[in-house]
Amino acid sequence: MPANEISFRIGGEAGQGVESSGAGFCQALTRAGLQVIGVPSYFERIRGGHNHYSIRAANREKPVWSVRETVDVLLALNAETVAEHLNCMSPNGVIIVDEDTDLEAMQSELDESDVQLLSVPIKEIAVKHGSDVMTNTAALAVAAAVSGFDVKYMMSVIEDNFRVKGDKIVNANQAVAQEAYDLATDQYGLLVSEALGDRESPPRLSLHCNTAFAMGTLVGGCKFVAGYPMTPWSSVLEYLSGHAAGWGMVVKHAEDEIAAVNMTIGAAYAGVRAMTGSSGGGFDLMTEGISLAAMTETPLVVLLAQRPGPATGLSTRTAQGDLMLAIYAAHGEFPRIVLAPHTPEEHFFAAARALNIAEKYQCLVIVLTDHYFANTVTCRDRSLFDLDAITVERGKWITAQELDDMDEYDRFAVTDDGVSPRVIPGSHPKAVFLTTSNEHREDGHISEDPYVVVDQISKRNRKLEGMRSEIRPPLREGPENADLTMVTWGSTYGPALEAMEILNENGGSANMVHFVDMWPFPTRAVQEALSDAKRIVVIEGNITGPLAHLIETHADIPIQERINKYDGRHFTYEYILAQLED
Amino acid sequence: MATLQEYAVDIRPTWCSGCGDFGIWNALKRAFVAAEYDPQDIVMVSGIGCGSKMNDYMRVNGLHTLHGRPVPVAQGVRLANTARKVICVHGDGDGYGEGGNHFLHAARRNMGIVDLVENNHVYALTRGQYSPTSYKGFKTSTSPFGVLEKPVNPLGLALSQGATFVARGHSLDLEQLQHLIVEALDHRGYAFIDVMQVCVTYNREMLYDWYREHTYKVDENGDYDPSDWDAAMKKAMEFPGGDRVPTGIIYRTEDVPAYEEGEPTLEAGPLVDQPLRTRPWEDYQILLDEQM
Repeated sequence: MPANEISFRIGGEAGQGVESSGAGFCQALTRAGLQVIGVPSYFERIRGGHNHYSIRAANREKPVWSVRETVDVLLALNAETVAEHLNCMSPNGVIIVDEDTDLEAMQSELDESDVQLLSVPIKEIAVKHGSDVMTNTAALAVAAAVSGFDVKYMMSVIEDNFRVKGDKIVNANQAVAQEAYDLATDQYGLLVSEALGDRESPPRLSLHCNTAFAMGTLVGGCKFVAGYPMTPWSSVLEYLSGHAAGWGMVVKHAEDEIAAVNMTIGAAYAGVRAMTGSSGGGFDLMTEGISLAAMTETPLVVLLAQRPGPATGLSTRTAQGDLMLAIYAAHGEFPRIVLAPHTPEEHFFAAARALNIAEKYQCLVIVLTDHYFANTVTCRDRSLFDLDAITVERGKWITAQELDDMDEYDRFAVTDDGVSPRVIPGSHPKAVFLTTSNEHREDGHISEDPYVVVDQISKRNRKLEGMRSEIRPPLREGPENADLTMVTWGSTYGPALEAMEILNENGGSANMVHFVDMWPFPTRAVQEALSDAKRIVVIEGNITGPLAHLIETHADIPIQERINKYDGRHFTYEYILAQLED
Repeated sequence: MATLQEYAVDIRPTWCSGCGDFGIWNALKRAFVAAEYDPQDIVMVSGIGCGSKMNDYMRVNGLHTLHGRPVPVAQGVRLANTARKVICVHGDGDGYGEGGNHFLHAARRNMGIVDLVENNHVYALTRGQYSPTSYKGFKTSTSPFGVLEKPVNPLGLALSQGATFVARGHSLDLEQLQHLIVEALDHRGYAFIDVMQVCVTYNREMLYDWYREHTYKVDENGDYDPSDWDAAMKKAMEFPGGDRVPTGIIYRTEDVPAYEEGEPTLEAGPLVDQPLRTRPWEDYQILLDEQM
């Protein structure tokens, strides 16, 4: 195992609290000043089956961007977890099980391996102080003890997270943790090569990208959100439903995604900042509404959280298969923006930025995220979430005084930049107008006059010029003129970055070109970044390579090598390194 | 006070001469004047169909949307700006076919919008196919041997889903229709009006005489109690199916709060008038504290 870091994995049945235990442990590790990432892997079911949660914690300054495929400490809440993950264990890895776990079926494999199997009365300890639901707490405390991680960080997380359930639950969990920790310290002591410890670090958050995005909508002044639950977008809807009342927002769980997008359009038309979101099929249902927003020039922000398709696909897994969907969804021709944030803080700022761009150009902004981002807990410096860096830009509005001086207000006035000033419908005697999904005149009334049609279509598509100016060039990471250039977007950023660092630390020469704003395609910047590259490898979580295709067709740069992963599982740096070697 | 002239625009409707939409058009404008609304107070959200072009032909805040979708759009407008009177105007294909799901949920949700469905029992703008309310056996271009399905019962559907204002009018009786719209505008929650209307081009079997022969007013004897849900359901089940078409306010209760009355954020007034960030700037640090 690498120095200064430990790869943990917690496994059990759905319903055993694998994910909440994992996320809580991430929080404790973050409070200890360590660098942490936590990724769940679960099936589409409420009970039973096998779920697991992987955590990588490192006592170092540099962030960890990816979990490892090898496991140093496995917390097996059932026998199946041992069978499932035994072959991932690192040399002398530690497996923690309850003493009553029946491991007879895999005894010979366990005997042949060099794992250190700890059979601990974790359930008994849990029941003694509380109930068997606290078994996870006991297992985590044992893991902490043998990893050299101080239990006090667990205690503080237990106190904060269980406070709503009352002192009794807090005390019981803490007693369970303490006894299990003491027992493991006495019996086993440190079982890994180096104690995890703790370190002085700046204040850090431990959060999902969906949470970061939802926070960004609140800070960005979004007032209305309508949506329908669908994995992996639901947690945004849930976070905002929980925060709406205190933060001046109205959140509507609609009857379906069609209603959700149309409610959002209605609210935005009426003058409030609004957004919606969904995943695959739910987003498909919204495409008709997206086209309505385009014709009526209603600002619309849609979060598209990708998961593998087609159809229901793998509902609790990840993919990057919807890039072309985001760029081309909905009928008719109209300009749009597609953003693809790659870190929690980027998700936070993307929300506010999307709201601004949508209002500035009265256009569609799609923010692409994915299941990996939605569920991965990452620790990030709090200073990266600078609230003052979020400004509100609402675009062109006409004032009451300007209306007083006008003969007539034209909502769809033909302008040089294609953007016609808005007004809140009905806010002034002259602010009374029609907005229609039919082609229309400057005053909004329906028209099929070919000159009017051309004027309006040209006007709407002229916005593209301004919208292009919002697009940022791809990020460049690593040294210039490297032998290898990895090209990525979205969630492949972290694993590729860590792979690049490892290559360069070991005498290799690699750099990265990472796309952050996908559309309008930053053609010139891409040509600048890639035309002199010696060896380009495009890394994407899909089979057809949409980014590679966009680079070839728009920037005219041939792509010879691609690494595509479409098993529903996220990338790791180990996977990328192995593929590059092949 | 607004006058009929203020609702006029210089655009001529594209409707066929003799179309029921003319009657609904006039009843709407008269109702707005009678209820003392100015054009700027009204947001008229429509779908797609002949009658959905209503807001192209009058001076109101109009939002002419997609086939089947005006109801959710109208609910979004309502939540964003409770200071406006939001009225949905769309046809039977729009409201009971493409938008059928939205209709069910609007009825139980009880948001304060008026939902006026122009029900001519046929698809007219797409040139004569059968609609969700076409009677069984009706021959059209998509039912050459006659419709095989039973028609939708809009009043019964609305009532069964808990609608708090259920009415039926028709395009021949402007006085009654105007009255129904005025009452609907005054209703606290979701006010649903099924407006039966002639289509002189594609439904030649339900013309003016048919209406004269089949419709009657529920309160013609002065003994109908619109607060009696069971009686209302009985009336709703009379048509389609029977020969007589009850009209008027079939059911009404003002005892059920509108959806938006329960929305905590709207206690501070219309959303559109609230600041984008409602809390002191330093409070926003709490969002970060929560993730520590």
